[in-house]
Amino acid sequence: MQFAYNDEQQMLRDSVERFGEEEWNAADRLKRLAEGPAGGRRRWAKMAELGWLALPISESEGGLGGGPVEVMAIMEGIGRHLMTDAYASHCVLAPALMRGGGEHCAVLLEQLGAGAIRIAAALIEDSGFDPASIRTEALANGGGVRLSGTKIHVEDGADADWFLVSARTSGSAGSRDGIGLFLVPCDADGLDVRRFRSVDGHRHASLVLREVSATPVGKMGEAADRIDLAMDRAILAVLAESVGSMEASLAATLDYVRTRQQFGAPIGTFQAVQHKLVDMSLACEEARALTMVATAQYTQTASDAALVAAAKVRVAQCGIAVTQQAVQLHGGVGTSEELVVSHHLRRQMMLELAFGDASFHKARFADASFR
Amino acid sequence: MNLALTPEDREFQREVRAFFANTIPDAWKTTVRAGLRLPPETLTAYQRCLADRGWGAPTWPTEYGGTGWTPQQLHIFWSEASAADAPSQYHQGLELIGPIIFTYGSQAQKDFYLPRIISGEDWWCQGYSEPGAGSDLAALRTRAVRDGDTYILNGHKMWTSYAHVSTRMFVLARTSSETRRQQGISLLLVDMDTPGIRVSPIRTLDEKHHTNEVFLDDVRIPAANLVGEEGMGWNYGKVLLDRERMVAAATAMFLPQTLRAVRAAAARRRTSTGPLIEQPGFRAKLAQVEIEALGVQSMVLRLMADAAAGADSGPRGSMVKLRWSELLQQAMTLWIEALGPQAQHFEPLDGGGLSDDMPLALQGALFSRVTTIYGGSSEIQRNIIARRALGL
Repeated sequence: MQFAYNDEQQMLRDSVERFGEEEWNAADRLKRLAEGPAGGRRRWAKMAELGWLALPISESEGGLGGGPVEVMAIMEGIGRHLMTDAYASHCVLAPALMRGGGEHCAVLLEQLGAGAIRIAAALIEDSGFDPASIRTEALANGGGVRLSGTKIHVEDGADADWFLVSARTSGSAGSRDGIGLFLVPCDADGLDVRRFRSVDGHRHASLVLREVSATPVGKMGEAADRIDLAMDRAILAVLAESVGSMEASLAATLDYVRTRQQFGAPIGTFQAVQHKLVDMSLACEEARALTMVATAQYTQTASDAALVAAAKVRVAQCGIAVTQQAVQLHGGVGTSEELVVSHHLRRQMMLELAFGDASFHKARFADASFR
Repeated sequence: MNLALTPEDREFQREVRAFFANTIPDAWKTTVRAGLRLPPETLTAYQRCLADRGWGAPTWPTEYGGTGWTPQQLHIFWSEASAADAPSQYHQGLELIGPIIFTYGSQAQKDFYLPRIISGEDWWCQGYSEPGAGSDLAALRTRAVRDGDTYILNGHKMWTSYAHVSTRMFVLARTSSETRRQQGISLLLVDMDTPGIRVSPIRTLDEKHHTNEVFLDDVRIPAANLVGEEGMGWNYGKVLLDRERMVAAATAMFLPQTLRAVRAAAARRRTSTGPLIEQPGFRAKLAQVEIEALGVQSMVLRLMADAAAGADSGPRGSMVKLRWSELLQQAMTLWIEALGPQAQHFEPLDGGGLSDDMPLALQGALFSRVTTIYGGSSEIQRNIIARRALGL
């Protein structure tokens, strides 16, 4: 078991660190957020130049073939600097869903790696986080397929050029058989895209599809395993982001308690404050160890579902606990928009929901381990 | 959950697995899963059995009769022990005084004491705590006065676990009064048969006899039983700081034993809507503890990787101790919940039997309360982490 990055991974991590300091300096955060999509496009082009966008795409599809550990090196930096750039959604989840999905996918992946387009996954419906509990219908129509249904949440979908939509070719909600995955352009006829900003600065969407013409990805009706494996990979990416973010919150809080004076002493000299910080550091330690172990076991063909689900539950709990305490120990100023700790808390709350919340993954863990 | 295994590791794993399959009787299972000690004579026989196999001292270097195993091999050994419901080895000799003797002891002390620890011939107890010196150990008042070739010990030790079955005790005693309280403390090895020692049991909430008070009245021991230099005893504990991470790791690796007991009990327990283990509320609670246990196992893997790389783990030993002790308590609480009303039947009053797991599960649940107190309470562990890791 390797708990340290190799030289290449370390260089990648350093490069993200430099990028974060330049583009997402905490002092300029509010300005960055105010820039909106224009700033996002500028950064996305830079990230393409650095080769990050193509990194998780397999070599046979024109990418750099980076694995989950390389993605971890990037994502923890994204978490540390609270970058709102949707790397996990567009560059990790989408390529994993499209891997080996045919000619059309290969063409789009090349454009994705170059930063020319963005692809978001529309998987979740109003019946919960389980990717199998979907009702959107895929009906054969002439030579093609048409999709009808509603996707209530598309992670980072507001600025996507294409959507990867899951839909049923057969079976009823809950069945793993009969699920297909389809590509739909954002301007397709019959597609209604509603866009939302979330409290952490990410930009999401919901979709209503009415007989939208779509292109299948991989074999129709057999996408359940593909979706699970891709979701696990995306989950590992957000775990690393969460770890980076909670560690940054801890570091900011440690700095603060050393300098903030009350009752004539730095508040970090008070035992009640120290013990809270210890619990925060313990949570960071546990979250990092779990993330590393879960990341190391993942391969492109298999994932330990119980372990990934466990890590998703626990890392989210740790992240929320750490950032809540970071706000608490900063006192009143911790709740201000100006300080970065409140932004970390908001991101952690949203990360808990991304790709399945704690209740969903706890049940998934129980199902996998009670079997 | 495991480290990446080489073919040699796998061969070793098979060997260890086979050993435990032939060594651990079913009768031990509930006691072990409850985190309770087997009867001393059973534990001594188990130690002898390990020693005969050459595995009596897993964490010691070969020159002192240990296995010289790498962290990787230790992880395999403990994983297999945990999976086989093997008990933890009694640690006061193996992990506390043994390493101090082989690091600071005289040649004569090494030659005499170390083999007797490995063979199980000696059972050691730790004479550290006193009525006024618990977490603040440096407040200890037991005195050792030099008189020719002997020391004369006088004092009162508390919480001396297993003193009632021990053959020997290592004692911290004041040999001089200095301004810095940690100075002037010496470490002495005492034969429990020496006149002047009186062991008195302390009755505890679990109604199992683990621990004692030890009264020392003019106990005369050979001066040769001083470890290292007079007045330097406090410092010798430092060697244990490096080693404690391994002890914490080993203990944390035994958590799944208790979780298996919870599952088994919840599978047996009937409710109006089927077995308890299938009830969503209980499942969610059990999943939460199991998930956190995976978190601790991941921390253990990281700590082992540190050890394998020869890297300092900082306070990771303290962190693992804090987490496993809290989780053990949570797991024991769930075990009691799974047993339900029958957990109220602690002792039969008219000669009948008890239900499965009783009274051991309840004793274990009660005994687990001490795990966040002994070996440095959770509050002290947090002080250590605040100082060593966070620099506060």
